[in-house]
Amino acid sequence: MPLYKEQGLVLRSVKLGEADKIVTILTQGSGKVRAVAKGIRKTHSKFGARLEPFTHVTLLMYRGRNLDIVTQAEIITPFQRLRASFDLITAGETMLEAVDKVAEEHERNVRLFMLLLAGLRGLDAGPVDAAAVAESFVLKLLSLSGFHPSLAGCAGCGAPGPHQWFAAGQGGVVCPDCAESDAGRVSAPAVAWLDALQHMDLAGAGDMTPAREVRREARAMLYGFAEYHLDRRMRSFALLARQPDPVLAP
Amino acid sequence: MFEGPIQDLIDELSRLPGIGPKSAQRLAFYMVKAPAQDARRLAEAIVAAKEGVRFCRDCFSVSEGELCRICRDPGRDPEVICVVEESKDQAAVEKAGVIKGRYHVLGGAISPLEGIGPDDLRVQELLDRVGRNGVREVILATNPNLEGNATAMYVAALLKPLGVRVTRLASGLPVGGDLEYADEVTLGQALEGRREM
Repeated sequence: MPLYKEQGLVLRSVKLGEADKIVTILTQGSGKVRAVAKGIRKTHSKFGARLEPFTHVTLLMYRGRNLDIVTQAEIITPFQRLRASFDLITAGETMLEAVDKVAEEHERNVRLFMLLLAGLRGLDAGPVDAAAVAESFVLKLLSLSGFHPSLAGCAGCGAPGPHQWFAAGQGGVVCPDCAESDAGRVSAPAVAWLDALQHMDLAGAGDMTPAREVRREARAMLYGFAEYHLDRRMRSFALLARQPDPVLAP
Repeated sequence: MFEGPIQDLIDELSRLPGIGPKSAQRLAFYMVKAPAQDARRLAEAIVAAKEGVRFCRDCFSVSEGELCRICRDPGRDPEVICVVEESKDQAAVEKAGVIKGRYHVLGGAISPLEGIGPDDLRVQELLDRVGRNGVREVILATNPNLEGNATAMYVAALLKPLGVRVTRLASGLPVGGDLEYADEVTLGQALEGRREM
């Protein structure tokens, strides 16, 4: 079937040649798809704003050998509110980057699609704490991908917590007997905050705010854990870690 | 494939953006056939551009000397600064002939996905310039896409406390376009930015 119809969320786009772009889309039924949108950078392009990152679209595409070709796109949800604030964009881009790193091309993953859709909806609702929504999303994404961090019982022997050591390589918090040399000490409030993020509803994740130090410590654990298990560097973490910063408020 | 200098030339040309091996071969053979002075002129122009082009001290646009043509021009209003991502964008805005002020080239746009943060752009230089020169208005002419908008929001948040008027290019329907093909985001922005007639 050379021509097919899909709905998807635009993850990113990179320039191609004079006026084209390659857009990466997480589709509902065909996994991650990379497709060429011809002429999209011209001001008269029929695509207009339809293939900007974050947009939820229905697409008509041609199956190509390497890359597909987008022939038509219609917006389902533009997520306009998300685009109106720097903090929300930064949080949203963290979600897009993480999804881009775990999604496989042409491998259907409806749960991943639904998770991203819920995450973007959570941000579009204008949460107080956008970074918390993004971090909660990353935790849920890790669990969905098989890297569920253990935050209560010891990741090594299962001994009930609370534990004061954390090791990304061992899979979460560990008891003193199981802790290997790369385990680091963590405070109880930081572990509790991560645990709260892990169980939060994405729509309401942004309504709690921890103390600055707790957040910093929890971030070091989460970012390290995510990069260790995704086996890639997450570029957007650098900007996300700056939130909340009053300068960036809309 | 070929021997010696001609293959070297093809290899060098095919490293250029948008030039594949076939185009490189065509260009290389054209140059070999062309008069010697044409080839020399091209070679000299490339070397002169690489060695002679600098970045303007004030606006960071490409320039021949320490200051670019626009920053040197006393007729250009120093109190209005138009902020663009790249020198190419400055040329496009300049062609419109509406800006009577000067420019500031950021050198890109904030893009967390590409790992480009505010510190990689010439934002601090812009703030210094605004504080130093009694600037009245800053026009943010970054691209109307996600990265360009994010950059504009970030820069605007830093400029506002300085008491300067900050404006953003309007976005909406392209001149000569057709309403029925406009997407809802673009059309929505065009409606929000509508004007009294």
